[in-house]
Amino acid sequence: MYIIDRRLNPGGKSLANRQRFLRRAKAQIQRAVRQTAGDRDITDLERGGEVTIPADGVREPSFRRSGEGGVHDHILPGNKRFIEGDTIDRPPGGGGGSSSGGDNGEGDDDFRFALTRDEFLDLFLDDLELPDLAKRRVATVETQGLRRAGYTVTGSPVNLALLRSMRNALSRRIAMRRPKPHELLRLEEEIERLETQEGPSEHLTALRQELEQLRLRTKRFPYIDPLDLRYRRFEPVSRPVAQAVMFCLMDVSGSMTEHMKDLAKRFYMLLYIFLTRRYKHVEIVFIRHTHEAKEVDEETFFNSPETGGTVVSSALREMQRIVEERYSPDAWNIYAAQASDGDNSPNDGSTSAALLRDVLLPVCQYYAYLEVGSDSDRMQTGFINHKTSLWQTYETLQEQGAHLAMRKVNHRREIYPVFRELFRRRDAEAGARVP
Amino acid sequence: MSVMERDNLLFQGADWDFGTIQRIHDAVEAIGVGEMGLDVYPNQIEVITAEQMLDAYASIGMPLFYKHWSFGKRFALHEASYRQGFMGLAYEIVINSNPCISYIMEENSATMQTLVIAHAAFGHNHFFKNNYLFQEWTDADGILDYLEFAKGYITRCEERYGHAAVERVLDAAHALMSHGIHRYPRKKRPDLRSEERREKERHLHLEQTFNDLWRTVPTKGAAAKPQLSDERRRALLELPQENLLYFLEKSAPRLQLWQREILRIVRQIAQYFYPQRQTKVMNEGCATYCHYRIMTRLHETGQISDGAFLEFLQSHTNVTRQAEYDDPHYGGINPYALGFGMMQDIERICTKPTAEDREWFPEIAGSGDAMAVLRDVWANYRDESFISQYLSPHLMRQWRMFHLVDDPDQPELRIEAIHDERGYRRLRRSLSRHYDVGWSDPDIQVIDVDLAGDRRLILHHHVLNRTLLHKDDAQRVLQMVANLWGYAVVLKEVEPSTGAIFQEHVAHPHETLF
Repeated sequence: MYIIDRRLNPGGKSLANRQRFLRRAKAQIQRAVRQTAGDRDITDLERGGEVTIPADGVREPSFRRSGEGGVHDHILPGNKRFIEGDTIDRPPGGGGGSSSGGDNGEGDDDFRFALTRDEFLDLFLDDLELPDLAKRRVATVETQGLRRAGYTVTGSPVNLALLRSMRNALSRRIAMRRPKPHELLRLEEEIERLETQEGPSEHLTALRQELEQLRLRTKRFPYIDPLDLRYRRFEPVSRPVAQAVMFCLMDVSGSMTEHMKDLAKRFYMLLYIFLTRRYKHVEIVFIRHTHEAKEVDEETFFNSPETGGTVVSSALREMQRIVEERYSPDAWNIYAAQASDGDNSPNDGSTSAALLRDVLLPVCQYYAYLEVGSDSDRMQTGFINHKTSLWQTYETLQEQGAHLAMRKVNHRREIYPVFRELFRRRDAEAGARVP
Repeated sequence: MSVMERDNLLFQGADWDFGTIQRIHDAVEAIGVGEMGLDVYPNQIEVITAEQMLDAYASIGMPLFYKHWSFGKRFALHEASYRQGFMGLAYEIVINSNPCISYIMEENSATMQTLVIAHAAFGHNHFFKNNYLFQEWTDADGILDYLEFAKGYITRCEERYGHAAVERVLDAAHALMSHGIHRYPRKKRPDLRSEERREKERHLHLEQTFNDLWRTVPTKGAAAKPQLSDERRRALLELPQENLLYFLEKSAPRLQLWQREILRIVRQIAQYFYPQRQTKVMNEGCATYCHYRIMTRLHETGQISDGAFLEFLQSHTNVTRQAEYDDPHYGGINPYALGFGMMQDIERICTKPTAEDREWFPEIAGSGDAMAVLRDVWANYRDESFISQYLSPHLMRQWRMFHLVDDPDQPELRIEAIHDERGYRRLRRSLSRHYDVGWSDPDIQVIDVDLAGDRRLILHHHVLNRTLLHKDDAQRVLQMVANLWGYAVVLKEVEPSTGAIFQEHVAHPHETLF
């Protein structure tokens, strides 16, 4: 008899099967994930979760008898009052009887199972792609860098590879039989001892000769030779920029209600999750503005009340300043999302438009404008007459060909579809639009 | 409890280590082999975690298996219900192999490990080694090697021909799995170890014997070739054939070699599991009877404590509980309960027979040696024959069995027989028929191929009790058959006595699939 402890065997034996299953049912699972995400609180998005898909797509059919029609018979235990020949009324719900449904396994029910967090997010973000990916070549934004690439025999002293050089020297010394210091020392001591004790002899002369030869050899084969030197070699490479900064701009004047701020927050969060999936390192800058703009921390950004007028260009100017100061467009992918209820002071429109068009949009990968409304004015969405001043400004910009995404949102459940729309793959669309 | 008895205990409390398992195994072996005369493969006991148990569930309990999405689906299903607490996991899984591998869960208490070892490593093990169906149909020595080969072969196919192409063949093969079985013994016993070699030989043989004479491009002279007679054609194609997978593997004209090999792999595995489907009641009954005997003996000899014995009894009664038909928990007849009940009943008939038993079972009643009778039963019967032979009137009365018939032409359900003098034999016959897989699986056969015309394949379903196939599923499976066959396929649902056709399904192959 053998006892084998398998508990420490690597787990996840079913992983390959699971991947095959997810691939098989991808369309349905994706639909389910989309629905789940719509119902869910956005802070929960990073969790995995249970999804339900229709069993039909993953059915394993076989030749089996149908449960209906034909004669069925059952042997049942627990008879209490029947005798042979008795008849019983058919139970409601028609034929079949009590036991036939269970063991066929595959009902027409939905199929429920749990996705891990990674699987969930992967599916969630799967058909989203960076905006205008092809056109603006986000993925290929590159910086030049150096990469170690082995050793070379020439180079500048700072690049000297000490360890490698010394190793070469050591092996050369061993190969050339360069006398070791302690050998010389021993010989010298021996000669000295002989000189003081015995005076000249043949043995002494031989030793002196040997010492002379060894010294010569030591000189001929130096401890370290230019031949031994090695330098670290570097190769220039271009690497994609793996960091992004996300600017959150928000109007915090009195006209923005809690509800509107909440909508904006959810949008920012979604954007953040999205960016963290794409980039190794994501920073967030919060800029809030009334008639003047200020960079603040997240807590203040969402929670502390502020009063004043509304001058959008102040926020844009602040963003411009921060970009110039800290986030060089060469090294950073810059994303900006602006949330506002659409108010702007009447004389600021052209300033904002110019700033955006000439300064900010060229350095941004993506600029989104999210106009948040209150729950009650849902009905008015889409009315041509009801355009806020900021919306009109940006719309003009867009017509001039600026890359600017704009959406209006009134309710939490509209955020996700909007997000999807903003970020969906543009290839097909772009192909259709560009003649 | 005296000091001596305490010293005799195999373990105390719920904790165990590998030394305990070894002691338990030896004590169980002493009783199982020494007293009960069980004959088992050498045991290999593997300790696994709950997650590994779920893994094992997904691949039909086998330690290694090829990859397919349906196993992923099964895993997801089990995992979801396990995490929500809807489902407990089995205490063990045992594999019909030599050495016999039993998986035991690390969460089990020492008592449960004893129960599991008695149940699986001796009960099931004895049954696997001795039952004639397993001897005839399965190759315990070769199964693990074969699974290794199958897994590797399918992985190589996936690399070479792509996931999608392999998946389509596997999907189709799985759908036909229940109809990929030889139901009657063939000349040779299966030898799975040689399968890998034979696959290479087949390949080589085809290459060596390639003969341009067999080309099917018609020449001018060929038109005059005499048509094969119907009889001759059917004989050549081994028709009628109920093993659909075998037929497709051997005769489908357009399949690639690797596709045929995948069909063969699925067919071999279906065949390996075929005896298990036919011996559910007996197999579980045998294992349950063994563990009950062994645990009782361990308790009698003072090797397990009263507390441990009570823990065992609680679990045992849970397993062998049979709900009555009007109980909301009723889910069919529990094979553990029926099997255990019948085994105990045989023991009773052998040792304390009544006059009724002497009349019904003259050859075993009062024979005294229950174990000899049981060993003979375990070796030579399957569920269907076992029930039709050994279900006693005593047990039918005890279970208060009755036979209910649901005929759609009648306005009401009818009680056909109950547990009385007139009903015993009919009751027993109908119950045994429920366990006959030849009766419970729909009977579908390849009848003919239109070789001269459009190569249409004709299948018949011999309808039993006017129950037709599940229409939607039948159409889907038929589509897969058509894809494998490469030409149109017709499935006719036929009443065997009159030849009347209830329904006809037709499927045409998707040209692009294969």
